[in-house]
Amino acid sequence: MTPSFKNDLLGILLRRLAQAVPVLLIVAVGTFLLMEAAPGDAVDAYLAKSGGDAGLVAQLRADWGLNQHWTTRLLAYLAGVLTGDFGFSVAFNRPVADVILERAGNTLLLTLGANALALAIGIPLGIFGGKRPGSFKDRAVLSVTLLFYALPGFWVGLMLILAFAVKLAWLPLGGVETIASDLTGLARILDIARHLVLPTLSLCLLYLALYARMMRTGMVEVWRAPFIRTARAKGIAERRIIYRHVVRAALLPVVTLIGLQAGALLGGSVVIESVFAIPGLGRLAFEAVTQRDMPLLMGIVLANTLLVILATLVVDLAYRRLDPRIGQAA
Amino acid sequence: MKVGFLTGLAAAILGILSAAALLAPWILPGDPLAMVGRPLLLPFEDWVRPLGTDRLGRDVLAALVHGARVSLSVALAAALAATVVGSIIGTLAGYAGGWVDIVLMRLADAFRTVPNFVLALALVSVIGPSLSSFVLAIGLTAWTGPARLVRAEVLSLKARDFVDACRVLGMPGWQIALREVLPNAVGPAIALGAVTVASAILVETALSFLGLGDPNRASWGQMIAEGRSVLRSNWYLSAIPGLAVVAAALSVNILADALSDWLAPRRAEGAAE
Repeated sequence: MTPSFKNDLLGILLRRLAQAVPVLLIVAVGTFLLMEAAPGDAVDAYLAKSGGDAGLVAQLRADWGLNQHWTTRLLAYLAGVLTGDFGFSVAFNRPVADVILERAGNTLLLTLGANALALAIGIPLGIFGGKRPGSFKDRAVLSVTLLFYALPGFWVGLMLILAFAVKLAWLPLGGVETIASDLTGLARILDIARHLVLPTLSLCLLYLALYARMMRTGMVEVWRAPFIRTARAKGIAERRIIYRHVVRAALLPVVTLIGLQAGALLGGSVVIESVFAIPGLGRLAFEAVTQRDMPLLMGIVLANTLLVILATLVVDLAYRRLDPRIGQAA
Repeated sequence: MKVGFLTGLAAAILGILSAAALLAPWILPGDPLAMVGRPLLLPFEDWVRPLGTDRLGRDVLAALVHGARVSLSVALAAALAATVVGSIIGTLAGYAGGWVDIVLMRLADAFRTVPNFVLALALVSVIGPSLSSFVLAIGLTAWTGPARLVRAEVLSLKARDFVDACRVLGMPGWQIALREVLPNAVGPAIALGAVTVASAILVETALSFLGLGDPNRASWGQMIAEGRSVLRSNWYLSAIPGLAVVAAALSVNILADALSDWLAPRRAEGAAE
């Protein structure tokens, strides 16, 4: 690592932090006000499940601090977040951070798996089309990606369940692992992998289309760049031009896209987790919304925002490594 | 403009779906959620109900046609709202610059970091299930894309001579921004708006699949969810509405593609090299 790269790193970190603070604040206050505007609160949702009289209502509102003015609660919440306290989930009766950490693993496994698969197939697919823009292969790639864009992931999931879990019985219907199987080590890992095949496939189609299209479009742009003509004039072999020059330059926008995608990951997995009964963050967000569990929803949204800021930072750094033009000029 | 086979086919499919949506109360009158026959009638078993009936004896074709009404109108309205609002915000941010730009772009950042679907979920559950709450929820999650695109265009247009000319003529700033700059900057946002229609169809379907839609209206997502309980024996009850969703979203995507080629001919030529 060169000294200039180290200085850059510090600069980027500070700049990102300066941008992240107002964004985090807007997100926190916005989510708070939104849930505040909702008819009914956590006590109503709780009593709808368990029943109870007016005395219990008053008791719970006092216990959960819901009888205070909303500005007091918002400030108390923000002060808590600053000290690492994300509050108490009323629906789960446990600290929000605990519930989120418990569920985060499943969602990360699912979304990272789906994205890795999407990249592994999408990038080569994009290159396959972008090698010769306008060719039959190119148009085929474009058509396939358009189709994938139009597929509702949860419906694809249902159809995959029908084919591979119900009719063929090759794979499990849902969940992340066989319950009470006492599997350990490699056997357990394989069991989890078997459970995640169908949800990963259903979730990856959209990302696959996105990455393939971005890669292909990026290559079309690069083909027009003057340095490609120079490379040709120098008599460099076509294969080498494609892989060393065009693909490399076209990868840059894809890297940016991966970073931008990080924010949407959780959203995409809400319905997939519901279809496959996976106890992850997506389903947790859905439960938090339907049960008016404000602290929990805030926690999930803030955790996601932090993830996005982190991903953008990683992308920024990866960009510097991939693109020789950035950094040198500074 | 030469129209390809695929584009023509997409236009035809979308035309049929739109006609079905518009004419639903006349082609298949009555409540699509009313029980009309024996439950779980197979498709093509009885020609009066060509697609059969569901678990509760409701006509699948009627629900499908009335569902098109909901999905297409929500998607169209949401995409239109997002494009219009996003374009105006993008123009203001780009043209005004300074702190207006900073505030609006931080706001857009905040919207971008919250997962769209989670935001839509929260909004719908707060406002309650109705067509307008769906439009608002989907629209609010989709305005940042057009805002960014238009802002970038405006930034490059701002330095052009015609803007200076307007200023010399004494036009007020907001008028230059909205009357002169905006119309020149919306091209990319319109192309994106067309794609947004397709993604709005998918979001609408997913929300109603999760049971957040208006229970008194037939919708494709709710049909898929209904069919799920009899997936083992009557899989087509989930498959048919799903195919309708794919047909609608795919047709919109193909047309959006053709539209963006038409709006940006340079790109289209590049693709044909």
